[in-house]
Amino acid sequence: MSVVTGSSTRFGALGSNANRPDGNAKVQGGFAFSSDMWAENMLWGATMRSPHPHARLLSIDASEAWKIPGVECVVTADDVPGLPNYGLIMQDQPVFARVGDTVRYLGEPILAVAADHPETCRRALAAIKVRYEVLEPVTDPERCIDGSAPPLHPDGNVFRHQRIVSGDQTIIGEIQVEGTYEIGMQDQAFLGLEAALAVPDTGGDGVELYIATQWLHEDRKQIAACLGLPEEKVRLVLGGVGGAFGAREDISLQVHTCLLALRTGRPVRISYSREESFFGHVHRHPATIWMRHHADAQGRILRIESRMVFDGGAYCSTSPAVLINAITHTQGPYKCENATVDGWALRTNNPPCGAMRGFGVVQACFAHESQMDKLAAATGLSPVEVRLRNAMETGDRLITGQIMDSVAPVERCIRETDAIPLPPPMPMDANELLVPGGTGLTALPSNIRRGVGWGVSIKNLMYSEGFDDFSTARCRISNGAVHVKFATAEVGQGFVMLAQQIARSVLGVDDVYLDPIDTQVGSAGSTSASRQTWMSGGAVDAACRAVRDELLDRVATARGLVRQELRIDGTDIVDALTGTRIAVAEVIGDHEIDHTVEYHHPATEDLDENGQGNCHVAFAFVAHRAVVDVDPDLGLVKVVQIATAQDVGRVLNPLSVQGQVEGGIAQGLGLAVMEEIIVTDGKVRNPSFTDYLLPTFLDAPTVDMVLIEEPEPKSPLGAKGVGEPPCVSVTPAIANAIRNAIGRELPRVPVRPYDICL
Amino acid sequence: MDHLLELLADHDDASVLAGGTDLMVEVNLHGRRPGTVIPVGGLEEMREWNHRPRSNSVTIGAALPYSDMERGPLAELLPALAQAARTVGSPQIRAAGTIGGNLGTCSPAGDILPVLAALDATIHVLHRDHSRDIRFADFMTGVKRNCLTPGEVVHSVTVPLTRGWQGYAKVGTRNAMVISTASACLVHDAEEGHVALALGAVAPTIVRAVKAEAWLSRQVDLRGTFRVSPETAHEFGLRAASETSPITDHRSTAEYRRHAVSVLARRLLERSAS
Ligand SMILES: Cc1cc2nc3c(=O)[nH]c(=O)nc-3n(C[C@H](O)[C@H](O)[C@H](O)COP(=O)(O)OP(=O)(O)OC[C@H]3O[C@@H](n4cnc5c(N)ncnc54)[C@H](O)[C@@H]3O)c2cc1C
Repeated sequence: MSVVTGSSTRFGALGSNANRPDGNAKVQGGFAFSSDMWAENMLWGATMRSPHPHARLLSIDASEAWKIPGVECVVTADDVPGLPNYGLIMQDQPVFARVGDTVRYLGEPILAVAADHPETCRRALAAIKVRYEVLEPVTDPERCIDGSAPPLHPDGNVFRHQRIVSGDQTIIGEIQVEGTYEIGMQDQAFLGLEAALAVPDTGGDGVELYIATQWLHEDRKQIAACLGLPEEKVRLVLGGVGGAFGAREDISLQVHTCLLALRTGRPVRISYSREESFFGHVHRHPATIWMRHHADAQGRILRIESRMVFDGGAYCSTSPAVLINAITHTQGPYKCENATVDGWALRTNNPPCGAMRGFGVVQACFAHESQMDKLAAATGLSPVEVRLRNAMETGDRLITGQIMDSVAPVERCIRETDAIPLPPPMPMDANELLVPGGTGLTALPSNIRRGVGWGVSIKNLMYSEGFDDFSTARCRISNGAVHVKFATAEVGQGFVMLAQQIARSVLGVDDVYLDPIDTQVGSAGSTSASRQTWMSGGAVDAACRAVRDELLDRVATARGLVRQELRIDGTDIVDALTGTRIAVAEVIGDHEIDHTVEYHHPATEDLDENGQGNCHVAFAFVAHRAVVDVDPDLGLVKVVQIATAQDVGRVLNPLSVQGQVEGGIAQGLGLAVMEEIIVTDGKVRNPSFTDYLLPTFLDAPTVDMVLIEEPEPKSPLGAKGVGEPPCVSVTPAIANAIRNAIGRELPRVPVRPYDICL
Repeated sequence: MDHLLELLADHDDASVLAGGTDLMVEVNLHGRRPGTVIPVGGLEEMREWNHRPRSNSVTIGAALPYSDMERGPLAELLPALAQAARTVGSPQIRAAGTIGGNLGTCSPAGDILPVLAALDATIHVLHRDHSRDIRFADFMTGVKRNCLTPGEVVHSVTVPLTRGWQGYAKVGTRNAMVISTASACLVHDAEEGHVALALGAVAPTIVRAVKAEAWLSRQVDLRGTFRVSPETAHEFGLRAASETSPITDHRSTAEYRRHAVSVLARRLLERSAS
């Protein structure tokens, strides 16, 4: 662990609100997002997609498209030289649907074209005749469990079925509470749309892809396999990424763009529109979760039973891992060793679902936190007291048999949140825009009821179940300057800033140059699972330390000093024996030092058939208390305040943490009251920001936060990931607050106006 | 203006472009490819508004953007129009979007339309060869349909000024920048002793709740200031809602829409009375 001393919180170092290297450009509109990329002689690509959720693809006739001047290329499944399918876990998703085979969701790619102008592409797509035999879509995942659905894919309709059977199955609680909860399909809704630019090598035996993604090396592996090229012939460079939230973990336009470029020998760019984006990436799994808690009369949880059904949609994506996250978080941040959980992730003809911020834990948390309020009501305890009584601690045994060995300040999260003052009651002359209904002027303060609700959560950090998601970083001193290189996808979270902060703190320099983010260095793993500060932060820290150690060795030798007495303090090398200070900047010009280091987290295990195993690396915790104003007659909601205390290990950049907390809360609020992809009969009804509603500034609450700093000994910088926890328990906190205001069960999110008032 | 009318008459495939906040969505999202586009935003006379004290009315140019209605002197004359304008989209949309565009699109969810219906607005339509004054009730003929014929353009809209309370309310699932799920505009004419109520997004066209209006006039003397009992307001809301024919779609259900307009009608009536 690096120690942050008073002197190392100098501006730009760890612990300070360092400037983001991409900050000014982003604020001023000068930052090049991947949809801004352009190359000389570039063609435009476009994708044709299935208009049916389930159909047999009978024929494709592209002859008319080829006749359109400016059309350079049409590629179909027949033109994929390597593996026909891709996928993160199971390779079950076709690059393009194949004639004779079926299409399994509305929006599945059929073919792609390249032309001299986007408008030419549009005309080309309109000129291509595709015939389908429309089939009945399977949209109810239960039909995949009871076996009444036909197999939709040679790999079957079950992505994963996993039980947890733990401890005593016979316990019957004096108090029992149960419910069936539903979570709607949320979209990541990043603002920077999917875009890629592929530039073929001269000679055409390789390609360079500029791409907005979360994990360059995993993309490269899948792209190379589909292109039938060795990995070193496919080079990826990170394009400017405008948000990700899980939606860029899977391949979307990568293979299509490369294929068109290799075929035409010209650079090709594909950029999705907002509408296409809704079909081009996976979403958060809609889920139905039944839970029953057994407790004693004092409200202590004795046993939990649960059944979870996750609709994975047409292709596997990360469904099995999402499911495992959900079922292993059934107990929430509470003590309990006895559980029976039955989890299913299933294939249907609905849109494919996969990673989204919170990754399965969001769904489980909505269920267990709804249950905790029922338990509070059944035992006569307050929502705070019932949670405190069950609060998990370090050393507890989880329902997977794993021992909680992370710092686990659950009680502190709850108490510190509880200590944050409640907002004053709504004044009768409140600003009319702050009343539920906002600019619609639907209500007066006298129409409104206020409610308070709680949500507390546990979230695993890093990849699980035996996955070695290591990260690589290179640090070098060259020509008197420090350079850091990594393949960590900067998706907006600020790793580029953190890497500089780490290098400044470890090496005692102010200027740190970042090399391009590409595949010319080892994998960094994915920018997911709240893992990059820990993993890539750990790698950058280790690489910088290796360079620092060699530098101090050399300085000691050159100047005849005792190596053990040398350390870096601020921007100086200090000799503890003599008190001599030498500015680092003064010596680095004399040395060329270069180290590349991989950082690995401790190994984890697969779950066995009873769901037992040390499957997770580490955990973080957070509590949320929501205050909402509700218009009971119209069902409109305004979230007034979110109070939160989050277990962050250590704050490396206060402003950045605040940004993650506030942003995650806005995203969790979206799921609570408005964000949902509405799918009927396999058809997405609202693929636009007109009807897929994201919270606006007027919907965003005041956020009052406490950051709990108890450094995590296992983490290289003492810090825990802060990205996902904010959006996990804020959703049930808001739902519980609405329930508190109006006294209804509200078993589903998003809570719709008519759920409240009809 | 004459040049515009010439151009329109010569190009019967032409699309008028005002703020473009509907037209460009049609082009970019729905693949509409207008053969000819004629912008009207540069015509000063279509971007003006005039208070005519003699006829006690206000005439608003079709290309006046919402940002000029939501505050300032026009907002003081026509608060319901200001409130409706304020609910439209975002500041960027309100800086561009116009009444002419709302009338051109004629969506049942168009926020200005219930105001025009409640105020009995007159739409001034010009053509190279003729001009027409059309009551709003006759202008909107269906979902995204109006009675304009090729070569015609909405020049302006005239609304009477009434003494009495007026207001607009709109339900959406977000606190700002949202398409209406149900909306209502209520205008109290204290001199005539009448309350006009228009409902949006609950039928193929804007609904004037004429039966509820007439019923209310029988229950309460609406001249000058008036009072209503909670029961009367409640029943007014229910009666108004029964004059609508909402649909269920991905934005909401028919049942909720009917319920929501009844609540809005009740609340607006109570506000106008107090
Ligand atoms: C993000 C966003 C949010 C929105 N939110 C709302 C909302 O909350 N409430 C709402 O009501 N609307 C909303 N709209 C729709 C739109 O802004 C309004 O309908 C607006 O009034 C359109 O005006 P415009 O000047 O931009 O019309 P344009 O797009 O220029 O034109 C729209 C149509 O009207 C025709 N037209 C324009 N002017 C005239 C004229 N003088 N005579 C005859 N025909 C004409 C055009 O040919 C075209 O068919 C929103 C749109 C967007 C993009």
